[in-house]
Amino acid sequence: MIVPILSLTVLGVVLGLILGLAARYFKVEGNPLVDELEALLPGSQCGQCGYPGCTGAAQALADGTAPLTLCPPGGRAVVAALAAKLGVEVDLSGVQDAVPSIADVREELCIGCTRCYKVCPTDAILGAAKHIHAVFKEACTACGSCVDVCPTEAILLRQVPPTLQSWSWVKPGSQPLAANEGALAA
Amino acid sequence: MKLFKLRGGIHPEGRKASSADRAIRALPLPPRLYVPLQQHVGAPAKPVVQVGDTVLAGQLIGAGQGNISAPVHAPTSGRVVAIGDHPAPHPSGLSAATVTIAPDGEARWFEHDVPADPFALTPDDIAARVGAAGIVGLGGATFPSAVKLKLSRKSGVDTLIINGGECEPYLTCDDRIMRERAAEIVAGIRLIQIAVGARHALVGIEDNKPEALAAMRAAAAGTGVEIRMVPAMYPMGWDKQMIQALLGREVPAEGRSADIGVLVHNVATAWAVQQTICLGHPLVSRIVTVSGGAVAQPCNLEVPIGTPVQALFDACGGFASTPARLVLGGPMMGHQLTHTSVPVVKGSSGVLALTQAEIGLTRPAPCIRCATCVRACPVGLLPLEMAARIRTDDLSGAVALGLKDCIGCGSCSYVCPSSIPLVHYFNYAKGELMAQARSKLKQEATKKLAEERNARMERIAREHEEAAAARKAAKAAREAAAKAAAATEATA
Amino acid sequence: MTPLAHSPHAHAVTSVSRIMATVMAALVPATLFGFWLYGWPAVYLWTVSLLAAVAGEAAVLAFQQRAVKPALLDGSGLLTAWLLALSLPPWAPWWIAVVGSLFAVVIGKQVFGGLGQNVFNPAMAARVMLLISFPLEMTTWMPPMGHLPGVLDSLAVTFGGQHLDAVSSASLLGHVKTEFSRGLDLQQALAGHYAPLSALWGWRSGSLGESAAPLILAGGVFLIARRIITWHAPVAMLAGVALPALLMSLIAPGHYAGPVYHLLSGGVMLGAFFIATDPVTSPNTAAGQLVFGLGCGILTYVIRTWGAYPEGVAFAVMLMNAATPLIDRYIKPRIYGRTRTGETLVVEAAKKDAA
Repeated sequence: MIVPILSLTVLGVVLGLILGLAARYFKVEGNPLVDELEALLPGSQCGQCGYPGCTGAAQALADGTAPLTLCPPGGRAVVAALAAKLGVEVDLSGVQDAVPSIADVREELCIGCTRCYKVCPTDAILGAAKHIHAVFKEACTACGSCVDVCPTEAILLRQVPPTLQSWSWVKPGSQPLAANEGALAA
Repeated sequence: MKLFKLRGGIHPEGRKASSADRAIRALPLPPRLYVPLQQHVGAPAKPVVQVGDTVLAGQLIGAGQGNISAPVHAPTSGRVVAIGDHPAPHPSGLSAATVTIAPDGEARWFEHDVPADPFALTPDDIAARVGAAGIVGLGGATFPSAVKLKLSRKSGVDTLIINGGECEPYLTCDDRIMRERAAEIVAGIRLIQIAVGARHALVGIEDNKPEALAAMRAAAAGTGVEIRMVPAMYPMGWDKQMIQALLGREVPAEGRSADIGVLVHNVATAWAVQQTICLGHPLVSRIVTVSGGAVAQPCNLEVPIGTPVQALFDACGGFASTPARLVLGGPMMGHQLTHTSVPVVKGSSGVLALTQAEIGLTRPAPCIRCATCVRACPVGLLPLEMAARIRTDDLSGAVALGLKDCIGCGSCSYVCPSSIPLVHYFNYAKGELMAQARSKLKQEATKKLAEERNARMERIAREHEEAAAARKAAKAAREAAAKAAAATEATA
Repeated sequence: MTPLAHSPHAHAVTSVSRIMATVMAALVPATLFGFWLYGWPAVYLWTVSLLAAVAGEAAVLAFQQRAVKPALLDGSGLLTAWLLALSLPPWAPWWIAVVGSLFAVVIGKQVFGGLGQNVFNPAMAARVMLLISFPLEMTTWMPPMGHLPGVLDSLAVTFGGQHLDAVSSASLLGHVKTEFSRGLDLQQALAGHYAPLSALWGWRSGSLGESAAPLILAGGVFLIARRIITWHAPVAMLAGVALPALLMSLIAPGHYAGPVYHLLSGGVMLGAFFIATDPVTSPNTAAGQLVFGLGCGILTYVIRTWGAYPEGVAFAVMLMNAATPLIDRYIKPRIYGRTRTGETLVVEAAKKDAA
């Protein structure tokens, strides 16, 4: 009885020591590319890409196991930046910028449970226990974490309507010609 | 009178005759005026009236906010019936904050002070009055005039150029105002000259407006204001083209005309300055050309700001035929109107109802690299190459070719035999670049927030741990003390 | 909401098909004069060229499942075939025209992606291909106005493969080259073969497009007046031929022909006004077109004088077509408010302050 306990304990201690020493002496500096890629990502650790946070996503990008278009909140700007960093060509036409939206708390349903407040990666939700929560629209990245944890479905992602400042022309040819155009076509 | 060599430019058919020979008429007041709070470049004005308030003509209803902004005033006396969204005169057709006024028909003016001798005012006083009157560039750029005056005075401007080019086809509002109100314009020019301390004042007028030239020459005689004829070409009304034509000086890229000692204002702006300084009237109306092949009687109207476009067409006898397209502004740089409830604003120089034949567009064909666009570009860009890059989403390639120097004048699209919407490509790309810049800013802010949150979470966790450790230590100490006390008691 | 139309809301009255039609109109006088000189075989050859180009282009477009009608209606294929026909020996057999036209529109244009995408001038590419592949047919010339057959007899010439040896003769450039190789000098070579006045009117063996220089010049001036082309490339190309010719003829008059001989013989005129001005394959800027034209001219002279072929316009144009992207890369217009290198202009006052 004692022999196996002792031997297993000794084995555990020795292996643990070896692991500890290995970690110390064979330490590999983090891949600088991963850090650089991570710097390009939004950094909100929202997890929409399916990787554990932006570091995980950067690692997957550096390994080449993830597509450049993995980051929904980053949109085209991030794809273009990643492509430039990795030196690859990417077809941006297929990448749609996520429709700008923000989380919206429906006050009649909110019970002030503060769960959303705790998961928000950018501190965009303001509130305290038993008080209705509100969203800072400048800080919200529409990652949806709060929507998932809300017990009363009081949070929805609401699209932000375009304003005169944010509106811009669509690419020519991506909309059908106006009815009166092309009427003179030969 | 030496004229300097110009680059690029086109000679579109003028189509000005139908409205140029009719005198300016005052448009009767419409039942409602929709006065947008943003009619200028910069921050929107903040409403200072409430629904139900009675306002007088010229009374402030929106105060300018921030360094670059302009106030708005009630165009006539009446009652504020709404403050809220109304379709804006913008290519998107979206709505914007608007003060709706029901005129009472009495046109009672707000009390205003008029200086005894306007020409004795100090430069700062003139600039302040121009700013308070909400005057913006009436040529279409709508940059707050007072900001330009102050900036120009600070950087030491020697020459004031008044732009009477009016190179857009159809538009004759500047032509008419020069013919009919030349004396007022010249007074306005002299006031601006005082405001910025410019030694010379030149007025550039295209040679297709002989009557306006004659009227302005007569009014300017003996005032030191020089009237000069420039060749009719598009875009002569581009301020930098006008500077080149009159002075042969070039404004550095990304710079302002003040950098080379020049200030450019439109003739209608000079008139508005005179109205403000000499009569105390803020900018509450403007001359608008109503024209186009589908308009029954093209003419120029003096229109209160906020009048729906429909009222202008009605005053011109309605439509002679169903218009193929309604345009606000000139045909080269104006934008399509999707409905006629949109109000006339400070920068609206014309409303056009065009027939299909006038628009004359065919279906886009492949580029044959004829380089007509290269010859037409007044900036010296390669429109065909930039559009080819934007088509394949190579925005940085287009920027390297000078996309950001493009002024969007539309000369390239006008001359393209393949009907390629070149300037549409450029404006799309500019918008896309701005959106990317915005999303980058947001991303940086997000990252900062996330980092701050992580730091805070760590700190909280650490504090928790420390608190727990402290509690444990306290408890241990308490227990030890209790034990010690018990021991003491036992001993005792 | 209907999609928005972007400004401008007015457009110049112009279109690709209008441009092509204007260029073809400018070719009409020279072509008719050529028909008059060379008779019905020339008419047949021209017709066959145009028909083959249209058929070939339609077939390729249909095969690619692209819209056939707009591409045919733009007239670019017809113009290419027309220019090719003008560069062929007028009595060449019909299949030369068919093979040339098909090569021009299919390999020369559609393979690159259609109108506006080709690197080389399709007509010149086809001419060079024919010259290399069928040297005999491509160098058998007819003297003008010699013994012209009638409408039906001409059919035998174009379609029947009737032998032409009895009446054929070398072109002037070819003749001079041959005589040089026999050791004769210029005076002897030209004796009886060259008179400036008849050269001016194309009164000598050659292709349709090598006839009447004044008519081609008139067509070119018409195009310049209509602003379809600019003067830069043609003038530069003529100068590129004339200047070295002048120089060399001054150095060794016995061996090198003068500028007038070079300008009026062969395809220089047609090349300068109708080939070097092809928008698709020439540079974008006026300065670039000057370089391009000068290059075409000098290369033409060099190939004629020292090369293996008597005529060099097609080769010269193709070489300069290949250089066009390079010219466009280095010669760009100066952007307003910037220096040639793209730096922001420095205001003179600021310069003074800095000094």
